[in-house]
Amino acid sequence: MTDPARALVHPLWLRLTHWLNALAVVILVMSGWRIYNASPLFDFRFANDITLGGWLGGAIQWHFAAMWLLAANGLIYLGLNVVSGRLWRRFLPVSPRAFLADIKAALRGRLSHADPHRYNAVQRAAYLFVMLDSLLLVLSGLVIWKSVQFPLLRELLGGYDTARYIHFFAMTGLVGFVVVHLAMVALVPRTLLTMIRGR
Amino acid sequence: MRKRLHHPDQDIILKEAIGQIASPARRRFLTGSLTLGGLTLLTGCDLTNSQGVETALERISRFNDKAQAWLFDPKRLAPTYAESMMTRPFPFNAFYGLDRVPRVDADSFRLEVSGLVADRHAWTLAELRALPQTDQVTRHICVEGWSAIGKWGGVPFHVFLKRIGADLTAQYVGFKCADGYHTSIDMPTALHPQTQLTLTYDSETLPARYGFPMKIRIPTKLGYKNPKHVQAIFVTNSYPGGYWEDQGYNWFGGS
Repeated sequence: MTDPARALVHPLWLRLTHWLNALAVVILVMSGWRIYNASPLFDFRFANDITLGGWLGGAIQWHFAAMWLLAANGLIYLGLNVVSGRLWRRFLPVSPRAFLADIKAALRGRLSHADPHRYNAVQRAAYLFVMLDSLLLVLSGLVIWKSVQFPLLRELLGGYDTARYIHFFAMTGLVGFVVVHLAMVALVPRTLLTMIRGR
Repeated sequence: MRKRLHHPDQDIILKEAIGQIASPARRRFLTGSLTLGGLTLLTGCDLTNSQGVETALERISRFNDKAQAWLFDPKRLAPTYAESMMTRPFPFNAFYGLDRVPRVDADSFRLEVSGLVADRHAWTLAELRALPQTDQVTRHICVEGWSAIGKWGGVPFHVFLKRIGADLTAQYVGFKCADGYHTSIDMPTALHPQTQLTLTYDSETLPARYGFPMKIRIPTKLGYKNPKHVQAIFVTNSYPGGYWEDQGYNWFGGS
């Protein structure tokens, strides 16, 4: 265990919360698309085949079940990240300069993933983005679910109708992250094993 | 001469690829897990047909009723708006089309009252109009997501409940409607200051499409908890359910 190359990249709690979060996100996004279809904000609907719930009532049941998993799991994830100091160790600092340099390197295919113990600036920015984006999803979701009971949050997010748009765009951001995340995993499949085995 | 591209992860990728080729078990595991993932996604919709999943979701929905009852603040008011912000025309919405809106005769209409109440006499429209009236410009939020601002006038429901001597410690107030619709609400919401026995829309007698002769307006609940064409009200301790609620909509339906 003294050999740093053999040390755990992802502790067990991180792997568990990652996969529970993945499950919650898949359920929430697919059922959310069905709910969106009931009253679309834009001139399109999601194909029912890629939604969850079968009808609006079923989709809402899935959505309002998985929200507890997302919230509880998310709190555990954030709590352990803060307590263990992992949040600062792995995701900070992330400077715009380093981010731009790493983005350029990535686009030229020169960004190394050789050291799994250390995230590059693009990874740091992406993971911080998805944390904040998820927080925005939860907050805008609370306004949509309980616009009367959370007046301060409602006004901060511009009211009930605006919260629906924020929820939609935050979902788009999350799905965009997932697409890039999966593409990266496909490029460096070892990271999938790391997220399962921990090393 | 062609320039040779060197990928920074080249060594790792190569090592990994060799490792995978060398280990058929791992290859099978990887393809197997991919297929499992695909299966889960493909059968996602079929999951709803499974009885066990349906029961579990139903249980969580009951838990969500309790969570919402706990979150519900009986003194917190839904936001009110200026009349200039009203949605015109206010959308018609029901489980049937405009052509099937029930036509209730005003003269023969009687609002029936039953269950845990002291005074069970049936009310005429004139008697209801003689009770104290207030109006509100509030946002109607539909379970589908859309919302619209309207102006409703009528009797504060807590005034009516006290007038009929309702048992205010009872759990539920149920509603039966002329169009076959039915729903029910919790007593704290029934006593909320903005919950209204509605007789007018936009200062006019409630039109048929919005629920003539009377509806229950509850700005702290979603649209399907705001019954139209109400003809019977009952107070009870046994769970009455509702038209949409029995099909899977959350019972509390709070906002």
